[in-house]
Amino acid sequence: MTKKGGCDPKGVSIVLCGAAGQGIQTVESLLALLAYHTGFFVFSTKEYMSRVRGGVNSTEIRIASSPVKAYIDRIDILVALSPESILHTYHRVSKNTMILADTEAIGKIKDDSIVDIPLQKVAKTVGSPVVANTVAVGILSAMLKIPLDTVLSFVHSFFSKKKQTVVDLNISAVTKGYTIGKKLSLPPNIIEKLSSIGNQKKLMLLNGTRAISIGALTGGCSFISSYPMSPSTGVLTTLSQLSHRFDIITEQAEDEIAAINMALGASYAGARSMVTTSGGGFALMIEGVSLAGMLEQPVVIHVAQRPGPATGLPTRTEQADLELVLYAGHGEFPRVIYTPGTVLEGIQLTHKAFNMADAYQIPVFVLTDQYFVDSYYSSEPVDITTLSNEYYVETTTKRYNRYALNKSGISPRGIPGQGTGLVAVDSDEHDETGRITEDVHMRSQMVEKRLKKLKEIKKEAVPPTFIGKKNCSTLVICWGSTIHIVNEAVECLDDDTVGILHCSQVYPLHPDVKKYLSKISLGICVENNATGQFQRLLFRETGIMVEHKILQYNGLPFSVETIYSQLHQLLRGG
Amino acid sequence: MTKSLFDRGKIDIAWCPGCGNYAILEAVKSVLADLAIPQKHIVFVSGIGQAAKLPQYLKVHYFNGLHGRALPPATGIKSVNPKLTVIAESGDGDMYGEGGNHFIHCIRRNPDITNIVHNNMVYGLTKGQASPTSSLGFHTPIQVNGVILEPFNPLAIAVALDASFVARTFTGDPTHMQKILKLAIQHKGYALVDILQPCVSFNKINTLHWFKEHTYYVDSSYNPRNRSSAFSKALEMDHFPLGVIFQNNRPTFEEQLLVYKKNKNSLITRQHDIKKLQELLLEN
Ligand SMILES: Cc1ncc(C[n+]2csc(CCOP(=O)(O)OP(=O)(O)O)c2C)c(N)n1
Ligand code: SF4
Ligand SMILES: [Mg+2]
Repeated sequence: MTKKGGCDPKGVSIVLCGAAGQGIQTVESLLALLAYHTGFFVFSTKEYMSRVRGGVNSTEIRIASSPVKAYIDRIDILVALSPESILHTYHRVSKNTMILADTEAIGKIKDDSIVDIPLQKVAKTVGSPVVANTVAVGILSAMLKIPLDTVLSFVHSFFSKKKQTVVDLNISAVTKGYTIGKKLSLPPNIIEKLSSIGNQKKLMLLNGTRAISIGALTGGCSFISSYPMSPSTGVLTTLSQLSHRFDIITEQAEDEIAAINMALGASYAGARSMVTTSGGGFALMIEGVSLAGMLEQPVVIHVAQRPGPATGLPTRTEQADLELVLYAGHGEFPRVIYTPGTVLEGIQLTHKAFNMADAYQIPVFVLTDQYFVDSYYSSEPVDITTLSNEYYVETTTKRYNRYALNKSGISPRGIPGQGTGLVAVDSDEHDETGRITEDVHMRSQMVEKRLKKLKEIKKEAVPPTFIGKKNCSTLVICWGSTIHIVNEAVECLDDDTVGILHCSQVYPLHPDVKKYLSKISLGICVENNATGQFQRLLFRETGIMVEHKILQYNGLPFSVETIYSQLHQLLRGG
Repeated sequence: MTKSLFDRGKIDIAWCPGCGNYAILEAVKSVLADLAIPQKHIVFVSGIGQAAKLPQYLKVHYFNGLHGRALPPATGIKSVNPKLTVIAESGDGDMYGEGGNHFIHCIRRNPDITNIVHNNMVYGLTKGQASPTSSLGFHTPIQVNGVILEPFNPLAIAVALDASFVARTFTGDPTHMQKILKLAIQHKGYALVDILQPCVSFNKINTLHWFKEHTYYVDSSYNPRNRSSAFSKALEMDHFPLGVIFQNNRPTFEEQLLVYKKNKNSLITRQHDIKKLQELLLEN
């Protein structure tokens, strides 16, 4: 049952469940956007199968009057669109869940608690079965008590680019749905939740993909080459679509090897370049990562994790490629790994990634996962106009040496065509001019040159986020996408002795991480993987072994309730 | 411009005495001088192998990348700064073997770059294994019973893919080599120049003499603009035709990029408008 030991997350949780191709996505974007335009805080996340038709997928939309940003198990309203939907969500349904189902579509199920919503029938009377989803949106918005005129004007603008007949069809569908929804009486616990929802000012609604894409543009990205692979493709798609409005070259390469090598060429020529990929695709890029290390060529690498090994679960989530990214590339060279947990961090850290890559002439990683890139988060708007860029490319002179040795290890970077010098970069070990060498003394100097940059890089590490009372004795430690889930679970615990430490930069670590770890009596690592990769990284970097870990590796994100109950069990023995 | 402008003076060159690579290096210098392209606008991109060391022996900008991966960075460089003259060069193993996928797709993409392949029909740097272009029966320490894989035909593949310029030349005829290289660099679009090059150390079959016996020049009546006849020509492997085999005027990759539709300047001088990005944040 869903109510695990007293954790009852706020707001309303609506889950849409059906087959691929049934248009859950349309309902999700319509309803989430409508709620957002009405002024609610909205969070939505999807879990879907790697197929285009059939199967069973679900989307959760949380709506509340204060921020909600995490996946929960509890379902308040289930909209079942296919026969498999009921079984698929069974473990999340409680006696308080209101189940709406088009009994025509799911077949007669003997259960009095199921409320029949004749989506197909209504859609047909309106004129086309394709608007069944819009009927559902009408029903749900009436139940959420969104005024009809708000709904109508939203639907109007949502379909405004379509033909007038399409607009009219959807307007009738949503109106018919609204009439049905108004007549539906809600269980008292849901009414109570709904009544707590109020109107807010204009919010920001972003998914992780869009945050990374906007962050990249903010960081001056003007070149992306990649090869499609879920769940990383969204960044390439988003930037391609924005290429009508921003000066950026977006290229679908023939494979990931070409992608990273193209990006390195673009970087050599003076562009700020990136790639976006996922586990298997990243594996193919690894020789290129090492090349970036050797050439000292800036590049930003976005890796959106999905469960492996091999093809794994293409559309699902995991945090099991931390060590892959940490160790990727033969030889020794510095790197930075950011793991944003909030969409704001997604923007800021991707922006920072481009500036760090340029400043230190290194590969910089933005490591996310399917849950982060595909989830929509609403929040107060942020001002990004203060995010500025530092440009480091210098105009060369006749005597220019690409790998000039100096104290910092950072040689001035020139680009071909800008200045009178020649810019030679070489994947072979090279001397200061960039020419191949096997001189043992030069070799040592070059290794040291590359590695000593790490000292300065460390000084720019992003500090961890600490949430809690200053002298808490227990720390729940997490990285990347799990922050909001952990945060809500710990809030539920309502225990002053428990704090949270979230790392949005996992390598190199900020020195504060060690300080926090050495103060506590109990540490718990929360990770979406099977072996505790961050726990090992913390030990490697700080010498402190965090004793407990909460792990999940079934392809799904943690839920607030799961983390809550596992923490509860660990701390209070059940 | 004089050839000596590209000379690096007294340097240690890693090629064997008598290797065909020297002739290619000299031909490249002459052509660059003839074409009078400002030095600051010439970028060489190479992979790894004996051939791929050539840029190290020239006074030019270069990106000496990974084995098999010269074409992707070359494409990246050209698309970011179309003003540059970009020449991607490497050996047959590098371009046709390790980099085969890039070879295919670079032809389709058609950036305005020149692709020089030193085709010695062997892996030189790794000491004599078979390359994709090695002849059937060619013995090596690995192919102990001789090569049994059908030799790769780069020209036929290029013509099949409608490459915008396809040519073959031979280190034994420096004048011809210069003529072809010049045409290739001047050609707008992807230009393949396969250079038959003897490897004196590891290929005792395809020697200078052998190449002389097994090549001929396409005659002046040959029309390289006809794809079907070019394909037949490219299929000839008993006696390799030398000259421009195929040519067309396909639009280039970079000229079709959105970023250059309204603004012809290199991409590097531009910056995104942060105010527009702020608006983007609130768009939904
Ligand atoms: C990924 C990778 N695999 C293998 C090698 C080893 N390697 C270096 S050059 C070469 C082949 C060289 O042959 P070719 O490209 O024909 O050049 P040549 O030396 O004959 O001019 C190989 C296999 C490498 N450097 N990198
Ligand atoms: S190994 Fe062959 S190709 Fe390489 S330098 Fe020697 S002769 Fe030339
Ligand atoms: Mg070779």
